[in-house]
Amino acid sequence: MTSQAAPPESPPASVPEPRKRRLPAGTLYRGREGMWSWVLHRITGTAIFFFLLVHILDTSLIRISPEAYDAVIGTYKTPIMGLGEVALVAAIGLHALNGLRIICIDMFSWGPKAQRVMFWVAIGLWIVLLIGFVPRHLMHVFGGE
Amino acid sequence: MAGAATLEAVDNTPKAEAPIQAFTVTLIIRRFDPEKDAEPYWQDFDVELYATDRVLDALHKIKWEQDGSLTFRRSCAHGICGSDAMRINGRNRLACKTLIKDLDISKPIYVEAIKGLPLEKDLIVDMEPFFASYREIQPFLIASDKPKDGKERIQSVAQRERFDDTTKCILCAACTSSCPVFWTDGQYFGPAAIVNAHRFIFDSRDEAASVRLDILNDKEGVWRCRTTFNCTEACPRGIEVTKAIAEVKAAVLRGKPDIPKK
Repeated sequence: MTSQAAPPESPPASVPEPRKRRLPAGTLYRGREGMWSWVLHRITGTAIFFFLLVHILDTSLIRISPEAYDAVIGTYKTPIMGLGEVALVAAIGLHALNGLRIICIDMFSWGPKAQRVMFWVAIGLWIVLLIGFVPRHLMHVFGGE
Repeated sequence: MAGAATLEAVDNTPKAEAPIQAFTVTLIIRRFDPEKDAEPYWQDFDVELYATDRVLDALHKIKWEQDGSLTFRRSCAHGICGSDAMRINGRNRLACKTLIKDLDISKPIYVEAIKGLPLEKDLIVDMEPFFASYREIQPFLIASDKPKDGKERIQSVAQRERFDDTTKCILCAACTSSCPVFWTDGQYFGPAAIVNAHRFIFDSRDEAASVRLDILNDKEGVWRCRTTFNCTEACPRGIEVTKAIAEVKAAVLRGKPDIPKK
């Protein structure tokens, strides 16, 4: 038996540890226009729902007391709410145009084939409508009339 | 010498048998061994591959040369049996039909099991919920009478054409496991079951269309489809899945499928 001062040079011949990686759970599914239009439809739909909930509540105040109604509506006349209105109109516009696209997909035989074109047409129309609305609206909000 | 000159001239032409260039591709595979791991984890492998290889060849090289414990299903390896559907770079594909040259190999290739079905091991999921939905839509010909004048149930070319697209299904589950509705609601029949229902609903020889339309008019039936078109894009057979689902929706509304009379 010999005693060695230095440890053996080669590491033990065992199976190397797997090269594990720290990554988030699974990869995000890479859907195309159809999937992202659905995601946008969901988000805008939920947002519009909450708007309508508040809107029905504040409008119903007029049955209780016109003064309370005026007070509540008065608090909406701020620049932040003005920007919120841009977001609201954008959400409703996208939801409406994509909704028409979904109706075409479900109701017409040519719908499913044309879905991708229809998505970009909807986005195009949406941008055109917003170009018409946003500058005018922001002039009202920040113009100080 | 004249002979040498000729040889030199020949040398300048491209060689027919030039060595095919191999390159190193990194695959990052989502591994899970239920006996050892609490959670799935990512593991990377470097593999020498040719542009003409498929992702399945890469998995074979890993299993045969680097790590025999890598687990995946495959049978025919030629896009017919539907065993090796998996998520490759975030999209459902058959490993045997995905060529390396069609992927961006400057980046690693991510391979993981299909989503929405219980993970068993590495790239294998439990397909039973998927096949249970398939069985539920009665995927077989239902006819009460014997065929007239001979052995066949006669069908016109137009009638056969009506459901041709949905006969191509190989039950690989690439569509069903690409569906966001199915991920969150495993009760949904899923695209594959609806495609196979479509195949019989729109068959002029079949008599049980109304039964299947009833089954698919369920809360978890065709109405859960949100037309994300992930299924159509995932289908390795090029079936227009979302279109087939839309046709079943229309048939439910109308009460009967529109099949050509002749």
